Amino acid sequence: MNIAILSGKGGTGKTTISTNLAVMAGGNYIDCDVEEPNGFIFLNPSDLKKEEVKVDYPVINDNNCTLCGDCAKVCQFNALVRTKKNIILFDKLCHSCHACKIVCKYEAISFKKREIGIIEEGKYNNIICKRGILNIGEPMAVPVIKDVLKDLPNGINFIDCAPGTSCNVVNSLSYADGAILVTEPSAFGLHDLNMAVNLVRNFHIPFGVIINKYNPKDNRIQKYCQKENIKILGTINYSRKVAETYSSGKMIIEIEEYKKAFKEIVKNLKEVFPWN
Amino acid sequence: MKIAVSSIGKNLDDMVDIRFGRCNYFIIYDTDKGFIKAIANRGQVSGGGAGIAAAQQIIDEDVDAVITGNMGPNSFNLFKTSDIKVYSCGSMKVERAIELLKEQKLEEISQAGPAHAGMGARRGFRGGR
Amino acid sequence: MELTVISGKGGTGKTTIALSLSELAKDVAKADCDVDAPNLYLFHKGIDIKKEVFYGEKKAVINKEICNGCKTCENICRFDAIENGIINSFKCEGCGACVLVCPQNAITLEDYKTANTYITKTKKGVISRADMEIGAEGSGKLITKLRQNIREVTEDNTLIIIDGSPGIGCPVISSITGSDAVLIVTEPTQSGMEDFIRVMELCNHFGILTLVCINKYDINKVMSENIEKFCEENHVHLVGKIPYDDTVIKSINELKPIIYYENSMANKAIRSMWENIKEHINQIKNNF
Repeated sequence: MNIAILSGKGGTGKTTISTNLAVMAGGNYIDCDVEEPNGFIFLNPSDLKKEEVKVDYPVINDNNCTLCGDCAKVCQFNALVRTKKNIILFDKLCHSCHACKIVCKYEAISFKKREIGIIEEGKYNNIICKRGILNIGEPMAVPVIKDVLKDLPNGINFIDCAPGTSCNVVNSLSYADGAILVTEPSAFGLHDLNMAVNLVRNFHIPFGVIINKYNPKDNRIQKYCQKENIKILGTINYSRKVAETYSSGKMIIEIEEYKKAFKEIVKNLKEVFPWN
Repeated sequence: MKIAVSSIGKNLDDMVDIRFGRCNYFIIYDTDKGFIKAIANRGQVSGGGAGIAAAQQIIDEDVDAVITGNMGPNSFNLFKTSDIKVYSCGSMKVERAIELLKEQKLEEISQAGPAHAGMGARRGFRGGR
Repeated sequence: MELTVISGKGGTGKTTIALSLSELAKDVAKADCDVDAPNLYLFHKGIDIKKEVFYGEKKAVINKEICNGCKTCENICRFDAIENGIINSFKCEGCGACVLVCPQNAITLEDYKTANTYITKTKKGVISRADMEIGAEGSGKLITKLRQNIREVTEDNTLIIIDGSPGIGCPVISSITGSDAVLIVTEPTQSGMEDFIRVMELCNHFGILTLVCINKYDINKVMSENIEKFCEENHVHLVGKIPYDDTVIKSINELKPIIYYENSMANKAIRSMWENIKEHINQIKNNF
């Protein structure tokens, strides 16, 4: 069972929730926020294995190339340019779609692979921790995300997704059997939660909401969830202690009060997401 | 000498568009024959790689020089490889910029600035489009 | 006159600062180019005076009447976007490989709606903004459109404040090119600092007047000093240091801009920063 953890807005505490929840529920932690994978700071898994993520890029064989420019014309991403002397590739714009090879009449195009990121896998106590890391300067995260998700361990996997509702999140969601939406009680939080809800509904999977930085005086999220008939899985209070624990890289379930809150969430999870 | 100028409009009395990749038009001008034509910039409608699309268009026009305001390193390097000179000017009419070029009063950009991390980012440019 | 507020890293308070400055300025218009989290317009109720559909991508479309179900397209697609002759628009990247191989010529690439763009009139000036479709990306093309939209409805001497895209990629470049000044909002954290340096190099490359603001500067004073030193060495102007202030969260929750909380420390710091920014802006243009 794969449960994706999303947040419309950045900085809502998605990673905090994912890591603590994984440990509390005895599930695996999968970090798909490959542009900023921060979960390992808290879990610090041991026995790390690393694997490269590679993508195809076209290589022009100058002996065969007639400089007809068809490859540059067909490329929808402006990754190829024909100058008077040669064909120039902008590898970071290339989507590895192979359209250039299909269109080339002179068999002048072949493919090589280049690294755009890595995948790391290790253990924290009994749970498996896996993450993708996109190399700095690389624009396309989706191939890394797909590589992380194509081969997941057995059991419950908590998938920490990128913030927002971009195609990175869409790709992560297509591997999920359920979703948890993390939000905070503010106008921004509600606005961006609504965007995330609209996204998840496209996937027809069960989902619930966790309110982080909970403030008992502000019930706008509860009202919204009631109206939309969305289950609230739990609330996490905001306190200076949490901020300090977080900034020192520790798990917040080390604090008794928060351990209780996460226990409660795990209980509620089992109602929303059927698993054994 | 054949020149391409990034422009807000289609005429010589329109202002130079100081954005290269996302300018509205390119005015193609020949120092012997005068105004040749205005072409819509294909870079303007491309999701990503605007500067590259624009540069391809200019290279295909077989010009000797480009006048614009700002240019990213990707396009600049393409022009360098293609032996097309790049001149920088401020906000002014296209005809004035051409005059200044003829009088050799425009600054030639001879060095690319730092690459903008190859269009990439940890946050932001996520889909690569 | 355009001032673009950018941040590199997300969550540094960019929107709060952009909003505050636009409240302090007299004749002002806004463009919300942070299209993934478009929160700038939430503060003022307004009326949409113009709405347009924005086609930011291309997607493959199969003409079912011509398709004979040969599955050549399914096999060529590198994104697993075609299943049983149906295109999954979430997965299709619009590369056109399927168009090339279809023996029936049944597939075309067509413009795909990625957003609605709006021009909204509020009590505090007009705002140009976008509402993205689910799963769509904010592209440089969309940012260019949003900036074009606001220029069309404003006078030359109106100050346009742009809430720029986060990151340092294509949308950011589109947010800053051709603008008169850039304000970088950074915070004293390791990741904040790294992104700040990258975004500053970008501004330098485009030769734009660059101003810097350290938000929550007092949460890590050592790091703040490093940022200050870095600014000095690189000749960029530090125009403001905003202290950490819980009132900012309150301001967001009450949808009341921070500058209307008189006793707020952040308010005071932002106001004095605005005076600094005005000086710099007046140096480039003397007309407002």
